[in-house]
Amino acid sequence: MSETGPDAAFQAHLKSGRFMIQRGRASGRYVFYPRAIEPGTGADDLEWVEASGRGTVYSTTVVRKRPPEPSYNVALIDLEEGPRMMSRVESVAAEDVQIGMQVRARIIVEDERAYVVFDPAGGAA
Amino acid sequence: MSGFPRGATAIIGAATHGIGKAPGFESADLAAIAASRALAEAGLAASDIDGLFVCHPTDTMSGLSFAQYLGIHPKITENNRTGGSAFELYVEMAALALDAGVIDAALIAYGSNQSTATGKLISTSGPNAYEAPYKPLNPVSSYALAAQRYMHEYGATKRHLAEVAVAARKWAQLNPEAVKRDDLTIEEVVEARMISDPLGKLDCCLVTDGAAAIVMTRADRARDLAAKPVYVLGAAGATTHRDIACMPDLTRTAAADAAARAYQAAKVGPSDIDVVELYDAFTINTILMLEDLGFCPKGEGARFVEDGAIAPGGRLPVNTNGGGLSCVHPGMYGLFTLVEAVRQLRGEAGARQVDGATLALAHGNGGVLSSQAVAVLGTDAAL
Repeated sequence: MSETGPDAAFQAHLKSGRFMIQRGRASGRYVFYPRAIEPGTGADDLEWVEASGRGTVYSTTVVRKRPPEPSYNVALIDLEEGPRMMSRVESVAAEDVQIGMQVRARIIVEDERAYVVFDPAGGAA
Repeated sequence: MSGFPRGATAIIGAATHGIGKAPGFESADLAAIAASRALAEAGLAASDIDGLFVCHPTDTMSGLSFAQYLGIHPKITENNRTGGSAFELYVEMAALALDAGVIDAALIAYGSNQSTATGKLISTSGPNAYEAPYKPLNPVSSYALAAQRYMHEYGATKRHLAEVAVAARKWAQLNPEAVKRDDLTIEEVVEARMISDPLGKLDCCLVTDGAAAIVMTRADRARDLAAKPVYVLGAAGATTHRDIACMPDLTRTAAADAAARAYQAAKVGPSDIDVVELYDAFTINTILMLEDLGFCPKGEGARFVEDGAIAPGGRLPVNTNGGGLSCVHPGMYGLFTLVEAVRQLRGEAGARQVDGATLALAHGNGGVLSSQAVAVLGTDAAL
C-alpha cells in the first residue's frame, strides 16, 4: 500500500510519462482532480487508471498580455472519461481554440512540476 | 420546525463609507466608520451588539479583530468567507440567531482599502495546484470561460454584455456616491481592451475602496428603534464549486437553488420583486443572475437586457446604485447590494428611487460563480 498522497502520486505518474486519473472501484466513476476520497460518495476506494488522453474543449479564453509578452490560451477540457480539467490547447493560435474542438493530451515538465496540455486531435490546425 | 423566520427580523441601520478612494485609512477603520453610522441610524451603541458578522480583505480572523476594535464581547462571532456572497449568508445566520433569541442585535460589516493599498483586487486564497500551471488571470478568466460557454450555447454577443455595463453606468449617473459617472456607450464597452476573451476592461467590476455596515434586530424591537424597518422575509445560499473547472454547468449557477429557497421563505416570486440588487462582478454575471434568480428563462438573459431594459426607465430596475461595475467594488461587494436594497425600500434613493418599492432582492456572489446567496427584503407593506 502506497503512502503517497494523491497529488504526489499524480505528479509521479506524469513524470514517468503517464497521465493517470482516479476511478472509484465501487462506483466506476472517474475523478479529477486527484483526491484522497471519492467526491459524492466519500468512498475511500479510489484507484489510479490511465486516461485515454482524448478530450473536448468545453470552454476557452485568451489571456491578453501587452506585447511583446505573448497572449495565451486557457481552456476547460472535458475528458472522455467524464471529468473536466483546466488546461490549455497548444499547436494552434490561442484565439483559434474553439468550443467542441477534439483534443489530445500531452505531458510537459516545467520548473520541476509536470502538467498536462492538449493539442488539436487532428494535428496542428 | 417552520423554516426561515419570515419577517421576524429587520434591518434598522444601513450605511456606507469611503467609497472610491480613502487614503490614510486601514480596512478596519473604514468598516468601523460605516458600522458607527449604521449603529447611529439604529439608535444603538457598539456595546448593544451581541452578534458580530464581519469580513476583511486579508484578515482571516477578522471576527476577533473587529470585536476587539469595537471593544465588544459578542455572543456570536462569525466570519464565514464565501467571498462576496458572505454578507447575504450573514443576514441568513443573523436572522436565525436573532429569532432563536440567542442574540438581540447583529452588526454586519465590511471594509477594504484595496484600491489605495494595492490598486488591484485582493485575493484571499491561493491558486489551485491544478489551475496554476495554466496561469488563468483569475478571477477574470474563470468568468470569461463562463461567458464564452454562455455565448456559445445561447448566441449572446459582446453587445449584450455591453448593455449590462451601460445600464449600470446610467444608474450610477443618478447616484452621487458612485465612482464612475461619465457617459458610456455600447461601442466603448465592446471596443475596450480585451482582458480575457470575451471580457474586456469595461466588462469588469471597478477596483475601489469602500465600506458598508448594516444592523439587524428582531421585528418587535425594530419598530421602536427605526423610522422605517426593512424586514428580512427570506434568505438562503448555495454553492456548487470553488474552482471553475469543478462548476457542473458554466451557464447555470447555484443562485437558482438559493433563490428558490429564499422566495419560498418570503412567500413571494420573482414577478413580485420591485427592485433587484445583484452582484455584477462582471457583465456576464448580470445576465446569468437575471435567469437564475427567475426574472427570465435560462438562455434569455441576453435578450432580456437589450435596449436599456434594466437601465433607468426600463422594465426592471437592476443595480440601482450603479453596481460593482460603476458604483463601488472593494473586493467583496455583497454588503453593498443589501445597503442599496434598504435605501430603495426606505425611499431614500433620491434621483434613482424606484417609486413605491416594497420588495427588493439583494444577491451576493462569491469565488468564481461558486457561492450564491439571496436575501428578500420588504417594507411593512410586504409583511
